[in-house]
Amino acid sequence: MSKITVSATVNGDAADFVCDATETLLDVLRDRLGLTGAKEGCGTGDCGACSVILNDRLVCACLVLGAEAQGAKIETVEGLANGETLHPLQRKFIEHAALQCGVCTPGFLVAAKSLIDHNPDPTEEQVRYWLAGNLCRCTGYDKIVRAVLDAAAEMREANHAA
Amino acid sequence: MHNFDFVKPATIADAVKALAKDGAQALSGGQTLIPTMKQRLAEPDVLVSLTGIAEMKGVCPSAEGLAVGAATTHSVVARDAAKPYPALAALAAGIGDPAVRNRGTVGGSLANNDPAACYPAGVLGSGATVVTNKRKIAADDYFQGMFTTALEDGEIITQVLFPVPQKAAYMKFNQPASRFALTGVFVAKFADHVRVAVTGASEGGVFRWKEAEAALGKDFSAKAVEGLTVPAKGMLSDLHGTAAYRANLVKVLTARAVSACA
Repeated sequence: MSKITVSATVNGDAADFVCDATETLLDVLRDRLGLTGAKEGCGTGDCGACSVILNDRLVCACLVLGAEAQGAKIETVEGLANGETLHPLQRKFIEHAALQCGVCTPGFLVAAKSLIDHNPDPTEEQVRYWLAGNLCRCTGYDKIVRAVLDAAAEMREANHAA
Repeated sequence: MHNFDFVKPATIADAVKALAKDGAQALSGGQTLIPTMKQRLAEPDVLVSLTGIAEMKGVCPSAEGLAVGAATTHSVVARDAAKPYPALAALAAGIGDPAVRNRGTVGGSLANNDPAACYPAGVLGSGATVVTNKRKIAADDYFQGMFTTALEDGEIITQVLFPVPQKAAYMKFNQPASRFALTGVFVAKFADHVRVAVTGASEGGVFRWKEAEAALGKDFSAKAVEGLTVPAKGMLSDLHGTAAYRANLVKVLTARAVSACA
């Protein structure tokens, strides 16, 4: 079983790696590229803890093979903050206490970013449906939904001002 | 996962060649196949990815209706079929969650033929044609029972041709955790006939409820199915719903789908 060479872009930087056919994109991100933000919860696409954005589309990294990432543009939670400055979603998650244990948080942040990328002004219902693939066993979701709505509102204002 | 080799052909012809090898298996969105391989319930020697084949992607109106490339994801169908075939777009938009819809494909869903999947109801309900690298298969001949289809070894679904009905609607009673259909009914009204396809309910996989089709052919209203009954025999029964419960859902959802058509 031969190794596969893959060239992709991760959080805006070129990333070249060699992987086995059996490695998922999640394995590659965590074990080859040292990006441990995306988590392996279930490994079967149910929990969303491994959410990343692949070519502008939200996916479960555990259900995409690393070899499929050839030429792809990948965004992970590590790419959200701008240096020391947190992304509005990250700040709002802290302000609203939208996390407890935090294991699901990178997945929620990436999924929420993907939502706001596609729909800057989502309704509460749209937020809830969009985040349907992300499970949180601590918060009961309300604070997460409020944080996302608040972040979206702030980002709209910032865009408007700019 | 067991070890395997990975190939990603750029054309249907190359994919067919790659699939001719012993132990080769087609990989589309992988939202079912990869978990299955992780559980070691599938152990192909070669995975042939169909995600790099441009000629298998896209939604476009054709003389025979709406042509949907087999490697088109659910999210693209939800977006691009919204005008030409809204009921199909709505079905695609209701599958799983955004991450599943961004990877999962119509061809993958049909090749797997999960008894609770949504697409089989849309394809059988529309009377669509499943196009492969070898032939065209009518939906009525394609679905042959739970996880069983007319596909031969190495045969690839390349496209699905949907005749566009005058009116159609899909009603799904969600299994709330998976968002598979606990029962789902697709109703399509054409100029001279009505088709009703049911997923999630039967031990035999997707099926047509012909009594309802006949009744709705005479009177296309929710009232027309009031007097009909669906036998519980042969229906799936599990902790989410008994056979009798699912049989009742078939009738309730058919009536709701007809109302939604209006």
